[in-house]
Amino acid sequence: MILAWFFIGLFIAVSAAFMLAPTVMLAIQSVVGDDGLTLEFIQSLGDYRYRVAFQNSLVLSVASATVGVIAGGLIAHAVLKPGAPGWLRATVTSFSAVAANFAGVPLAFAFISTLGSLGLLTQLLKGWGLDLYGNGFSLYSISGLTLVYSYFQVPLMVIIVTPAIEALRPAWREAADSLGANGSQYWRMVGLPVLAPSLLSGWILLFGSAFSAYATAYALTSGNIGLVTTEISNVLSGNVMASPQTGAALSVGMIVVMVGVLALSALLARRAARWMPHR
Amino acid sequence: MSFHRRGVLKASLGLAGLGVGGLGAGGLGYGGIPRAMAADMPGPAVPADLVAAAKKEGQINVITLPRDWANWGATMDRFQALYGVKLDDANPDGSSAEELQAIRSLKSQSRAPDVVDVGPSFAAAGTKETLFQPYKVATWNDIPADVKDAGGLWYGDYFGVESFAVNTNVAKTVPQTWADLKKPDYKGMIALNGNPLGAGAAFGAVFAAALANGGSYDDIAPGIEFFGELARLGNLNPAVASPASLIAGQTPVVINWDYLSLGYKKQAEGKAVIEVLVPKEAPPYGNFYCQAISAYAPHPNTAKLWMEYVYSDEGQLAFLGGFAHPIRFNALVAAGKVPEALLKTLPPADAYKDVKFATQEQAAKAQKTLQDMWPRVVKI
Repeated sequence: MILAWFFIGLFIAVSAAFMLAPTVMLAIQSVVGDDGLTLEFIQSLGDYRYRVAFQNSLVLSVASATVGVIAGGLIAHAVLKPGAPGWLRATVTSFSAVAANFAGVPLAFAFISTLGSLGLLTQLLKGWGLDLYGNGFSLYSISGLTLVYSYFQVPLMVIIVTPAIEALRPAWREAADSLGANGSQYWRMVGLPVLAPSLLSGWILLFGSAFSAYATAYALTSGNIGLVTTEISNVLSGNVMASPQTGAALSVGMIVVMVGVLALSALLARRAARWMPHR
Repeated sequence: MSFHRRGVLKASLGLAGLGVGGLGAGGLGYGGIPRAMAADMPGPAVPADLVAAAKKEGQINVITLPRDWANWGATMDRFQALYGVKLDDANPDGSSAEELQAIRSLKSQSRAPDVVDVGPSFAAAGTKETLFQPYKVATWNDIPADVKDAGGLWYGDYFGVESFAVNTNVAKTVPQTWADLKKPDYKGMIALNGNPLGAGAAFGAVFAAALANGGSYDDIAPGIEFFGELARLGNLNPAVASPASLIAGQTPVVINWDYLSLGYKKQAEGKAVIEVLVPKEAPPYGNFYCQAISAYAPHPNTAKLWMEYVYSDEGQLAFLGGFAHPIRFNALVAAGKVPEALLKTLPPADAYKDVKFATQEQAAKAQKTLQDMWPRVVKI
């Protein structure tokens, strides 16, 4: 018992030092200017460029998390199906483990070399008569960024949803079948409700990973598609202008968004679990 | 406001060592002096009493001079060899801010810095705080008035200007002017090294474009409009240019400082032919660094001797070995003192004739305009 409390205490101390304290310091920094307290920096979040940045970050995170959850979920389901070959499962799992961690500048460079406006694949397709960029595709857009983010979001989802899918007992499917349910009925009434909490928390994790990503988007667009993270870097570590307080205000804005998303998901999770017997 | 922070310049020190070793292939050591002779060549003419006083002090403390940057390694070695004083280079990878902090915090100690090499905004800050002492080198009159403190508290030592680096394997015709960049030949080819609000070279590129398109040091807006049009035409490639993307041809036209472009050219040898040029429509946009002697220098005479050496013909030419242009470049060219072989490795000298620099106020004003206008005008 004493040992347990020791570790709980340790956990609280670490959270306080690495999460609470920095949050409080950011909040303070965002309201203290050269001449005392000011709301100037918080107000600057209403500037056009920062409004656009928050909007872009939200759209990109929601889009890539949704693509990730759907595609990742379907892929995991397909390779875990009883009839699926074992080698396929091993291949997908190990590829996912690698790809989920492939992000940042190398990922951006890989996409620029293949699908950039002068990329190999772009040129090849052009040679075959398919002009991607002439037809409105651009790697350097929100949809292009969503595509690039999917490269690590989908595998990440495969990894985190696999245990949940494995936990679906074959007996449930058999029971549903013997009661006359067809495939879609099984999924609607049994499979998805059971998976819902895992899918939801998976979505939150993907949302968070996209929302906080930075290097990939910057390398691809030079911050011309402004994201909150790239704006923070401009004012914090850029060489042109330094305004740490604006950076702090932007960070506080990000924290507010994340807290909002978590609160919303907690609400949804409670609804999703309503059918379950009280444990 | 740290526009001229050293970080800007060192962003791509993947070039490590290129500066010094770079020209070796052509049979040249630093400063265009044949390498084999360098060690026993006579040094520049400097006041004999200064040399004597320096030898007595026997030591100089420099700070934040990376060996592989602007050929400082060769300059420091040569200075020690010539005058027999011991040289300590503290915190070689630090920042301008740290250099000033070292003056403040080490004041009365023997290891305090004697001389510093800082960006102009820090030179101005140091002057205001009286961290420097005045000294005018023998070549003082060669240093343009807009890059020195009239009282001799600080003066520019080397500079760079915005240039085009063009991978000719991909961009078959090399753009010669800013107007050329709008041609359909360059669709998706033109890139910067980052966002102009975060990367110094990209900020300079917008300023340079403004100068060529009816703007001025007080008006960066035409430069923003210019990039807005490049984006509309589809010529602007929004990816962040890196040496790798230039050499591999993904961003075949990169607007960047000339010293970085020239380094990439060297780096690309054997893989791609990179051409570096300074567009001629308008005076080039430049940035520079400043030398200053600390007000608390523990070895004041050696510090003065250091200044004399760095601003001598030999000391100035050494910068070119690291692709940085010495502040006396135009005077040296006019006097025919830059070796032909060395000139050949650089963009034509006349492009540098009318180089000008933004003042701190102008840079600050431009940042404000840029922050407001760029996201509205440049849509990719």
